[in-house]
Amino acid sequence: MTTTDDAILIRTTINGDPVTFLSSQRDSLLEALRERLNMTGAKEGCNNGNCGACSVMLDGRLVNSCLVLAAEVEGARVDTIEGMADGETLHPLQQAFLEEAALQCGICTPGFLMSSRALLAENPTPTEEEVRFWLAGNLCRCTGYDKIVRAVLKAAGEMNEAR
Amino acid sequence: MQAVKYARASSVDEAITLLRDGGDTARVLAGGTDVIVQARERRRHIELFVDIKHIPELTSLTHGGDGGLTVGAATPLYRIYGDTEVVRRFPALAEATHVIGGKAIQGRASLGGNLANASPAADSIPAMIVLAGVARVAGPGGTREVPVAEFCSGPGRNVLQPGEFITSIHFPPPAAGSGQAWERFIPRNEMDIAVVNAATYLAFDGDVVTEARFALGAVAATPLSVPAAAAAVVGRRLTDETIAAAAEAARQTATPISDMRGTVRQRKHLVGVLTEHVIRRAVERARA
Repeated sequence: MTTTDDAILIRTTINGDPVTFLSSQRDSLLEALRERLNMTGAKEGCNNGNCGACSVMLDGRLVNSCLVLAAEVEGARVDTIEGMADGETLHPLQQAFLEEAALQCGICTPGFLMSSRALLAENPTPTEEEVRFWLAGNLCRCTGYDKIVRAVLKAAGEMNEAR
Repeated sequence: MQAVKYARASSVDEAITLLRDGGDTARVLAGGTDVIVQARERRRHIELFVDIKHIPELTSLTHGGDGGLTVGAATPLYRIYGDTEVVRRFPALAEATHVIGGKAIQGRASLGGNLANASPAADSIPAMIVLAGVARVAGPGGTREVPVAEFCSGPGRNVLQPGEFITSIHFPPPAAGSGQAWERFIPRNEMDIAVVNAATYLAFDGDVVTEARFALGAVAATPLSVPAAAAAVVGRRLTDETIAAAAEAARQTATPISDMRGTVRQRKHLVGVLTEHVIRRAVERARA
Protein backbone atom coordinates (compact mmCIF):
# COMPACT_ATOMS: atom_id res chain seq x y z
CA MET A 1 0.00 0.00 0.00
CA THR A 2 1.17 3.50 -0.78
CA THR A 3 1.36 5.86 2.12
CA THR A 4 1.84 9.60 1.69
CA ASP A 5 5.22 9.28 3.34
CA ASP A 6 6.31 6.56 0.93
CA ALA A 7 5.01 8.08 -2.32
CA ILE A 8 7.39 9.31 -4.96
CA LEU A 9 6.68 11.13 -8.21
CA ILE A 10 8.55 9.63 -11.15
CA ARG A 11 9.07 11.33 -14.51
CA THR A 12 10.24 9.00 -17.22
CA THR A 13 9.88 8.20 -20.91
CA ILE A 14 8.19 4.90 -21.76
CA ASN A 15 8.18 3.68 -25.36
CA GLY A 16 8.92 7.22 -26.47
CA ASP A 17 6.11 8.88 -24.54
CA PRO A 18 6.74 11.11 -21.51
CA VAL A 19 5.09 9.48 -18.50
CA THR A 20 4.74 10.87 -14.99
CA PHE A 21 3.40 8.59 -12.31
CA LEU A 22 3.13 8.21 -8.57
CA SER A 23 4.80 5.15 -7.13
CA SER A 24 5.85 3.70 -3.83
CA GLN A 25 9.56 3.89 -3.04
CA ARG A 26 9.51 0.13 -2.43
CA ASP A 27 7.99 -0.70 -5.83
CA SER A 28 10.09 -2.45 -8.41
CA LEU A 29 9.92 -1.15 -11.96
CA LEU A 30 8.02 -4.34 -12.80
CA GLU A 31 5.40 -3.62 -10.11
CA ALA A 32 5.08 -0.02 -11.26
CA LEU A 33 4.63 -1.02 -14.91
CA ARG A 34 2.06 -3.71 -14.16
CA GLU A 35 0.13 -2.32 -11.22
CA ARG A 36 0.36 1.44 -11.58
CA LEU A 37 0.62 1.89 -15.35
CA ASN A 38 -1.43 -1.19 -16.39
CA MET A 39 1.34 -2.27 -18.74
CA THR A 40 1.15 -6.01 -18.14
CA GLY A 41 3.38 -7.17 -20.99
CA ALA A 42 6.39 -7.68 -18.73
CA LYS A 43 5.69 -10.74 -16.59
CA GLU A 44 6.62 -11.69 -13.04
CA GLY A 45 8.21 -15.13 -13.12
CA CYS A 46 10.81 -15.64 -10.40
CA ASN A 47 11.08 -12.06 -9.06
CA ASN A 48 14.80 -12.61 -8.40
CA GLY A 49 16.60 -12.21 -11.72
CA ASN A 50 16.74 -15.80 -12.91
CA CYS A 51 13.93 -16.10 -15.46
CA GLY A 52 13.99 -12.96 -17.62
CA ALA A 53 10.19 -12.82 -18.04
CA CYS A 54 10.25 -9.19 -16.84
CA SER A 55 12.95 -8.04 -19.31
CA VAL A 56 12.70 -4.43 -20.45
CA MET A 57 15.16 -1.88 -21.81
CA LEU A 58 16.42 0.84 -19.47
CA ASP A 59 18.35 3.63 -21.22
CA GLY A 60 19.01 1.20 -24.06
CA ARG A 61 20.26 -1.72 -21.91
CA LEU A 62 18.43 -4.95 -21.28
CA VAL A 63 17.50 -5.29 -17.57
CA ASN A 64 15.32 -7.41 -15.33
CA SER A 65 12.60 -4.94 -14.29
CA CYS A 66 12.08 -6.93 -11.07
CA LEU A 67 15.64 -5.93 -10.06
CA VAL A 68 15.19 -2.20 -10.70
CA LEU A 69 13.37 0.09 -8.30
CA ALA A 70 10.71 2.26 -9.93
CA ALA A 71 12.43 5.23 -8.29
CA GLU A 72 15.60 4.43 -10.23
CA VAL A 73 13.95 5.27 -13.59
CA GLU A 74 13.44 8.93 -12.72
CA GLY A 75 14.74 10.78 -15.79
CA ALA A 76 15.45 7.55 -17.66
CA ARG A 77 14.10 5.97 -20.85
CA VAL A 78 12.19 2.70 -20.55
CA ASP A 79 11.19 0.53 -23.50
CA THR A 80 8.79 -2.38 -23.04
CA ILE A 81 7.15 -5.07 -25.14
CA GLU A 82 4.13 -2.76 -25.56
CA GLY A 83 6.25 -0.58 -27.85
CA MET A 84 7.64 -3.37 -30.01
CA ALA A 85 5.01 -3.61 -32.77
CA ASP A 86 4.50 -0.62 -35.08
CA GLY A 87 0.75 -0.17 -34.75
CA GLU A 88 -0.79 -3.24 -36.38
CA THR A 89 2.51 -4.29 -37.93
CA LEU A 90 4.38 -6.84 -35.87
CA HIS A 91 8.14 -6.55 -35.35
CA PRO A 92 9.97 -9.18 -37.47
CA LEU A 93 10.86 -11.02 -34.26
CA GLN A 94 7.20 -11.18 -33.21
CA GLN A 95 6.24 -12.41 -36.68
CA ALA A 96 8.98 -15.05 -36.65
CA PHE A 97 7.95 -16.26 -33.16
CA LEU A 98 4.42 -16.82 -34.53
CA GLU A 99 5.59 -18.53 -37.72
CA GLU A 100 8.04 -20.80 -35.89
CA ALA A 101 5.60 -21.50 -33.02
CA ALA A 102 8.28 -20.25 -30.62
CA LEU A 103 5.83 -20.10 -27.75
CA GLN A 104 3.28 -22.24 -26.00
CA CYS A 105 1.98 -20.77 -22.75
CA GLY A 106 3.40 -17.34 -23.64
CA ILE A 107 4.51 -16.17 -20.20
CA CYS A 108 8.17 -16.00 -21.16
CA THR A 109 7.53 -14.58 -24.65
CA PRO A 110 7.64 -10.82 -23.94
CA GLY A 111 10.96 -11.30 -22.16
CA PHE A 112 12.40 -13.41 -24.98
CA LEU A 113 11.29 -10.82 -27.53
CA MET A 114 12.86 -7.92 -25.62
CA SER A 115 16.05 -9.88 -25.05
CA SER A 116 16.21 -11.02 -28.69
CA ARG A 117 15.71 -7.49 -29.95
CA ALA A 118 18.56 -6.31 -27.73
CA LEU A 119 20.76 -9.08 -29.15
CA LEU A 120 20.01 -8.19 -32.78
CA ALA A 121 20.61 -4.49 -32.08
CA GLU A 122 24.12 -5.37 -30.87
CA ASN A 123 24.82 -8.30 -33.20
CA PRO A 124 22.62 -8.41 -36.34
CA THR A 125 24.14 -11.69 -37.57
CA PRO A 126 24.45 -13.95 -34.52
CA THR A 127 25.39 -17.60 -34.75
CA GLU A 128 23.15 -20.17 -33.10
CA GLU A 129 25.65 -20.38 -30.23
CA GLU A 130 25.59 -16.60 -29.79
CA VAL A 131 21.78 -16.63 -29.71
CA ARG A 132 21.79 -19.36 -27.05
CA PHE A 133 24.43 -17.57 -24.96
CA TRP A 134 22.58 -14.24 -25.12
CA LEU A 135 19.22 -15.80 -24.25
CA ALA A 136 20.62 -17.82 -21.32
CA GLY A 137 18.97 -15.34 -18.93
CA ASN A 138 15.49 -16.10 -20.29
CA LEU A 139 13.84 -19.32 -19.19
CA CYS A 140 11.11 -21.17 -21.13
CA ARG A 141 9.51 -24.30 -19.67
CA CYS A 142 7.44 -25.14 -22.78
CA THR A 143 9.37 -25.00 -26.03
CA GLY A 144 12.71 -26.59 -25.23
CA TYR A 145 14.27 -23.45 -26.77
CA ASP A 146 14.92 -24.85 -30.26
CA LYS A 147 11.90 -23.10 -31.77
CA ILE A 148 12.85 -19.84 -30.09
CA VAL A 149 16.42 -20.01 -31.39
CA ARG A 150 15.13 -20.82 -34.90
CA ALA A 151 12.73 -17.86 -34.76
CA VAL A 152 15.49 -15.44 -33.70
CA LEU A 153 17.80 -16.65 -36.47
CA LYS A 154 14.96 -16.38 -39.01
CA ALA A 155 14.10 -12.84 -37.90
CA ALA A 156 17.77 -11.86 -38.04
CA GLY A 157 17.98 -13.11 -41.63
CA GLU A 158 14.82 -11.26 -42.64
CA MET A 159 15.88 -8.04 -40.93
CA ASN A 160 19.25 -8.19 -42.69
CA GLU A 161 17.61 -8.75 -46.08
CA ALA A 162 15.36 -5.76 -45.50
CA ARG A 163 18.38 -3.50 -44.80
CA MET B 1 9.39 -5.62 -0.51
CA GLN B 2 9.97 -4.19 2.95
CA ALA B 3 9.21 -0.47 3.40
CA VAL B 4 12.42 0.82 1.92
CA LYS B 5 13.08 4.42 0.98
CA TYR B 6 15.16 5.57 -1.98
CA ALA B 7 17.69 8.39 -2.13
CA ARG B 8 19.92 9.33 -5.04
CA ALA B 9 23.41 10.62 -4.23
CA SER B 10 25.18 12.88 -6.72
CA SER B 11 28.57 12.89 -4.97
CA VAL B 12 30.62 10.65 -2.70
CA ASP B 13 30.23 13.18 0.12
CA GLU B 14 26.46 13.20 -0.30
CA ALA B 15 26.39 9.40 -0.21
CA ILE B 16 28.47 9.41 2.99
CA THR B 17 26.02 11.84 4.60
CA LEU B 18 22.95 9.86 3.47
CA LEU B 19 24.43 6.60 4.74
CA ARG B 20 25.44 8.17 8.07
CA ASP B 21 21.97 9.66 8.58
CA GLY B 22 20.36 6.36 7.54
CA GLY B 23 22.32 4.39 10.15
CA ASP B 24 22.51 0.60 10.31
CA THR B 25 19.58 -0.03 7.98
CA ALA B 26 20.90 2.10 5.09
CA ARG B 27 22.53 0.28 2.19
CA VAL B 28 24.29 1.34 -0.95
CA LEU B 29 22.40 0.55 -4.16
CA ALA B 30 24.54 -0.04 -7.24
CA GLY B 31 23.20 -2.57 -9.77
CA GLY B 32 20.82 -3.96 -7.16
CA THR B 33 20.91 -7.48 -8.57
CA ASP B 34 21.81 -8.97 -5.17
CA VAL B 35 20.65 -6.38 -2.65
CA ILE B 36 17.15 -5.86 -4.05
CA VAL B 37 16.53 -9.60 -3.87
CA GLN B 38 17.91 -9.68 -0.31
CA ALA B 39 15.56 -6.86 0.70
CA ARG B 40 12.58 -8.49 -1.02
CA GLU B 41 13.24 -11.86 0.58
CA ARG B 42 13.93 -10.15 3.93
CA ARG B 43 17.38 -11.65 4.19
CA ARG B 44 18.67 -8.17 5.02
CA HIS B 45 16.75 -5.51 6.92
CA ILE B 46 17.03 -2.41 4.76
CA GLU B 47 15.13 0.85 5.27
CA LEU B 48 17.07 3.13 2.92
CA PHE B 49 18.74 2.54 -0.43
CA VAL B 50 21.36 5.13 -1.36
CA ASP B 51 21.74 5.00 -5.15
CA ILE B 52 25.39 5.64 -6.06
CA LYS B 53 25.02 5.20 -9.84
CA HIS B 54 24.63 8.93 -10.45
CA ILE B 55 28.04 9.75 -8.97
CA PRO B 56 30.16 10.09 -12.14
CA GLU B 57 33.36 8.53 -10.73
CA LEU B 58 31.39 5.50 -9.47
CA THR B 59 30.44 4.46 -13.02
CA SER B 60 33.73 5.26 -14.76
CA LEU B 61 36.30 2.94 -16.27
CA THR B 62 39.75 4.51 -16.64
CA HIS B 63 42.99 3.20 -18.08
CA GLY B 64 45.83 5.02 -16.34
CA GLY B 65 48.93 6.33 -18.08
CA ASP B 66 50.98 3.62 -16.31
CA GLY B 67 48.77 0.85 -17.75
CA GLY B 68 46.75 0.41 -14.57
CA LEU B 69 42.95 0.15 -14.56
CA THR B 70 40.45 1.83 -12.27
CA VAL B 71 36.86 0.61 -12.37
CA GLY B 72 34.16 2.62 -10.59
CA ALA B 73 32.43 0.42 -8.03
CA ALA B 74 29.01 0.73 -9.72
CA THR B 75 30.20 0.37 -13.34
CA PRO B 76 28.00 -2.31 -14.93
CA LEU B 77 29.71 -5.53 -16.01
CA TYR B 78 28.92 -5.17 -19.71
CA ARG B 79 31.13 -2.08 -19.85
CA ILE B 80 34.04 -4.03 -18.35
CA TYR B 81 34.07 -7.04 -20.68
CA GLY B 82 32.95 -4.77 -23.52
CA ASP B 83 36.09 -2.63 -23.19
CA THR B 84 38.64 -3.77 -25.78
CA GLU B 85 41.60 -2.68 -23.63
CA VAL B 86 40.27 -4.69 -20.67
CA VAL B 87 39.87 -7.73 -22.93
CA ARG B 88 43.42 -7.30 -24.25
CA ARG B 89 45.25 -6.42 -21.02
CA PHE B 90 43.04 -7.84 -18.22
CA PRO B 91 41.52 -10.93 -19.88
CA ALA B 92 40.92 -12.74 -16.56
CA LEU B 93 38.62 -9.89 -15.50
CA ALA B 94 36.84 -9.94 -18.86
CA GLU B 95 36.34 -13.71 -18.64
CA ALA B 96 34.82 -13.55 -15.16
CA THR B 97 32.52 -10.58 -15.77
CA HIS B 98 31.28 -12.03 -19.08
CA VAL B 99 29.57 -14.98 -17.38
CA ILE B 100 28.10 -13.47 -14.21
CA GLY B 101 24.34 -13.92 -14.63
CA GLY B 102 22.75 -13.35 -18.01
CA LYS B 103 22.76 -10.28 -20.23
CA ALA B 104 20.05 -8.49 -18.23
CA ILE B 105 22.07 -8.97 -15.01
CA GLN B 106 25.25 -7.76 -16.74
CA GLY B 107 23.46 -4.53 -17.69
CA ARG B 108 23.26 -3.65 -13.99
CA ALA B 109 25.55 -5.77 -11.78
CA SER B 110 28.90 -4.27 -10.77
CA LEU B 111 32.35 -5.26 -9.50
CA GLY B 112 31.79 -3.26 -6.31
CA GLY B 113 28.54 -5.11 -5.71
CA ASN B 114 30.02 -8.52 -6.43
CA LEU B 115 32.83 -7.76 -3.95
CA ALA B 116 30.64 -6.21 -1.23
CA ASN B 117 28.14 -9.08 -1.46
CA ALA B 118 31.06 -11.31 -0.47
CA SER B 119 29.70 -14.57 -1.80
CA PRO B 120 32.28 -17.36 -1.40
CA ALA B 121 31.44 -18.29 -5.03
CA ALA B 122 31.58 -14.74 -6.45
CA ASP B 123 32.97 -15.05 -9.96
CA SER B 124 34.82 -11.74 -10.20
CA ILE B 125 36.65 -11.91 -6.86
CA PRO B 126 39.32 -14.55 -7.73
CA ALA B 127 40.06 -12.58 -10.92
CA MET B 128 40.39 -9.36 -8.92
CA ILE B 129 42.64 -11.08 -6.35
CA VAL B 130 45.15 -12.37 -8.92
CA LEU B 131 45.18 -8.97 -10.63
CA ALA B 132 46.21 -7.45 -7.25
CA GLY B 133 43.02 -5.40 -7.13
CA VAL B 134 42.67 -2.83 -4.37
CA ALA B 135 39.26 -1.58 -3.26
CA ARG B 136 39.09 2.13 -2.56
CA VAL B 137 36.65 2.72 0.27
CA ALA B 138 34.96 5.95 1.40
CA GLY B 139 33.17 6.54 4.68
CA PRO B 140 32.62 8.92 7.58
CA GLY B 141 36.25 8.48 8.68
CA GLY B 142 37.68 9.37 5.27
CA THR B 143 39.01 7.09 2.56
CA ARG B 144 41.15 3.96 2.76
CA GLU B 145 42.36 1.15 0.55
CA VAL B 146 41.70 -2.56 1.12
CA PRO B 147 43.29 -5.26 -1.04
CA VAL B 148 40.55 -7.39 -2.60
CA ALA B 149 42.31 -10.45 -1.15
CA GLU B 150 41.59 -9.13 2.37
CA PHE B 151 38.11 -7.73 1.75
CA CYS B 152 35.81 -10.68 2.49
CA SER B 153 35.56 -11.91 6.08
CA GLY B 154 32.93 -14.65 5.75
CA PRO B 155 29.97 -15.69 3.62
CA GLY B 156 28.12 -12.41 2.89
CA ARG B 157 30.42 -10.52 5.27
CA ASN B 158 33.18 -8.01 4.58
CA VAL B 159 35.52 -5.60 6.33
CA LEU B 160 33.49 -2.46 5.59
CA GLN B 161 32.77 -0.44 8.71
CA PRO B 162 29.37 1.25 9.29
CA GLY B 163 28.76 3.93 6.67
CA GLU B 164 31.61 2.81 4.41
CA PHE B 165 31.22 1.83 0.76
CA ILE B 166 33.48 0.92 -2.15
CA THR B 167 34.07 3.75 -4.61
CA SER B 168 36.38 1.99 -7.07
CA ILE B 169 38.68 -0.96 -7.60
CA HIS B 170 42.18 -0.28 -8.87
CA PHE B 171 44.40 -2.76 -10.70
CA PRO B 172 48.13 -2.13 -11.21
CA PRO B 173 49.51 -2.63 -14.72
CA PRO B 174 50.19 -6.28 -15.60
CA ALA B 175 53.90 -6.88 -16.27
CA ALA B 176 55.09 -7.07 -19.87
CA GLY B 177 55.00 -10.68 -21.02
CA SER B 178 52.74 -11.78 -18.16
CA GLY B 179 49.71 -14.03 -18.61
CA GLN B 180 46.43 -14.47 -16.76
CA ALA B 181 43.29 -16.57 -16.94
CA TRP B 182 40.04 -17.23 -15.09
CA GLU B 183 37.81 -20.28 -15.35
CA ARG B 184 34.89 -21.87 -13.54
CA PHE B 185 33.09 -25.19 -13.50
CA ILE B 186 29.29 -25.24 -13.64
CA PRO B 187 27.02 -28.14 -14.64
CA ARG B 188 24.87 -25.90 -16.84
CA ASN B 189 26.17 -24.09 -19.91
CA GLU B 190 25.43 -20.60 -18.55
CA MET B 191 23.59 -18.76 -15.79
CA ASP B 192 24.85 -20.77 -12.85
CA ILE B 193 26.78 -20.35 -9.62
CA ALA B 194 30.30 -21.76 -9.67
CA VAL B 195 30.95 -25.19 -8.19
CA VAL B 196 34.57 -23.98 -8.21
CA ASN B 197 36.23 -21.03 -9.91
CA ALA B 198 39.95 -20.33 -10.25
CA ALA B 199 42.27 -17.64 -11.56
CA THR B 200 45.97 -17.06 -12.01
CA TYR B 201 48.41 -14.31 -12.94
CA LEU B 202 51.95 -15.31 -13.97
CA ALA B 203 54.92 -13.08 -14.84
CA PHE B 204 58.11 -14.41 -16.42
CA ASP B 205 61.77 -13.73 -16.99
CA GLY B 206 62.31 -15.86 -20.07
CA ASP B 207 60.78 -19.20 -19.09
CA VAL B 208 61.21 -18.70 -15.37
CA VAL B 209 58.22 -17.57 -13.32
CA THR B 210 59.11 -14.38 -11.43
CA GLU B 211 55.73 -13.58 -9.93
CA ALA B 212 52.59 -15.67 -9.48
CA ARG B 213 49.21 -15.24 -7.89
CA PHE B 214 46.46 -17.83 -7.60
CA ALA B 215 42.92 -17.53 -6.28
CA LEU B 216 39.99 -19.90 -5.84
CA GLY B 217 36.27 -19.45 -5.27
CA ALA B 218 33.52 -21.63 -3.78
CA VAL B 219 35.97 -23.78 -1.79
CA ALA B 220 36.08 -21.88 1.52
CA ALA B 221 34.10 -19.34 3.56
CA THR B 222 35.57 -16.58 1.40
CA PRO B 223 37.27 -16.43 -1.99
CA LEU B 224 40.83 -17.57 -1.31
CA SER B 225 44.23 -16.28 -2.27
CA VAL B 226 46.56 -19.30 -2.65
CA PRO B 227 50.17 -18.27 -1.92
CA ALA B 228 51.23 -21.93 -1.57
CA ALA B 229 50.47 -22.50 -5.26
CA ALA B 230 52.46 -19.40 -6.15
CA ALA B 231 55.40 -20.66 -4.08
CA ALA B 232 55.34 -23.91 -6.07
CA VAL B 233 56.10 -22.11 -9.35
CA VAL B 234 58.01 -18.88 -8.56
CA GLY B 235 61.69 -19.19 -9.52
CA ARG B 236 60.96 -22.28 -11.63
CA ARG B 237 60.18 -23.16 -15.22
CA LEU B 238 56.65 -24.41 -15.81
CA THR B 239 56.82 -28.13 -16.50
CA ASP B 240 54.21 -30.84 -16.01
CA GLU B 241 55.79 -31.40 -12.57
CA THR B 242 55.74 -27.79 -11.37
CA ILE B 243 52.22 -27.30 -12.71
CA ALA B 244 51.12 -30.44 -10.85
CA ALA B 245 52.79 -29.11 -7.70
CA ALA B 246 50.86 -25.84 -7.95
CA ALA B 247 47.63 -27.76 -8.50
CA GLU B 248 48.35 -29.96 -5.48
CA ALA B 249 49.12 -26.90 -3.33
CA ALA B 250 45.79 -25.41 -4.39
CA ARG B 251 44.02 -28.68 -3.51
CA GLN B 252 45.64 -28.64 -0.07
CA THR B 253 44.59 -25.01 0.52
CA ALA B 254 40.93 -25.54 -0.43
CA THR B 255 38.55 -26.36 2.44
CA PRO B 256 35.26 -26.85 0.60
CA ILE B 257 31.96 -28.08 1.98
CA SER B 258 29.47 -30.45 0.36
CA ASP B 259 26.25 -28.75 -0.67
CA MET B 260 23.64 -28.83 -3.44
CA ARG B 261 26.24 -27.71 -6.00
CA GLY B 262 28.99 -30.21 -5.30
CA THR B 263 30.72 -32.45 -2.81
CA VAL B 264 34.02 -31.94 -1.00
CA ARG B 265 35.61 -34.63 -3.15
CA GLN B 266 34.36 -33.14 -6.43
CA ARG B 267 35.41 -29.64 -5.44
CA LYS B 268 38.89 -30.75 -4.38
CA HIS B 269 39.25 -32.54 -7.70
CA LEU B 270 38.02 -29.48 -9.64
CA VAL B 271 40.49 -27.21 -7.81
CA GLY B 272 43.34 -29.27 -9.23
CA VAL B 273 41.86 -29.43 -12.73
CA LEU B 274 41.01 -25.73 -12.93
CA THR B 275 44.34 -24.64 -11.46
CA GLU B 276 46.14 -26.59 -14.17
CA HIS B 277 43.80 -25.16 -16.84
CA VAL B 278 44.33 -21.54 -15.85
CA ILE B 279 48.12 -22.00 -15.68
CA ARG B 280 48.24 -23.45 -19.19
CA ARG B 281 45.94 -20.78 -20.60
CA ALA B 282 47.87 -17.98 -18.85
CA VAL B 283 51.10 -19.35 -20.36
CA GLU B 284 49.53 -19.35 -23.83
CA ARG B 285 48.53 -15.73 -23.36
CA ALA B 286 51.95 -14.75 -22.04
CA ARG B 287 53.55 -16.23 -25.16
CA ALA B 288 51.01 -14.80 -27.60
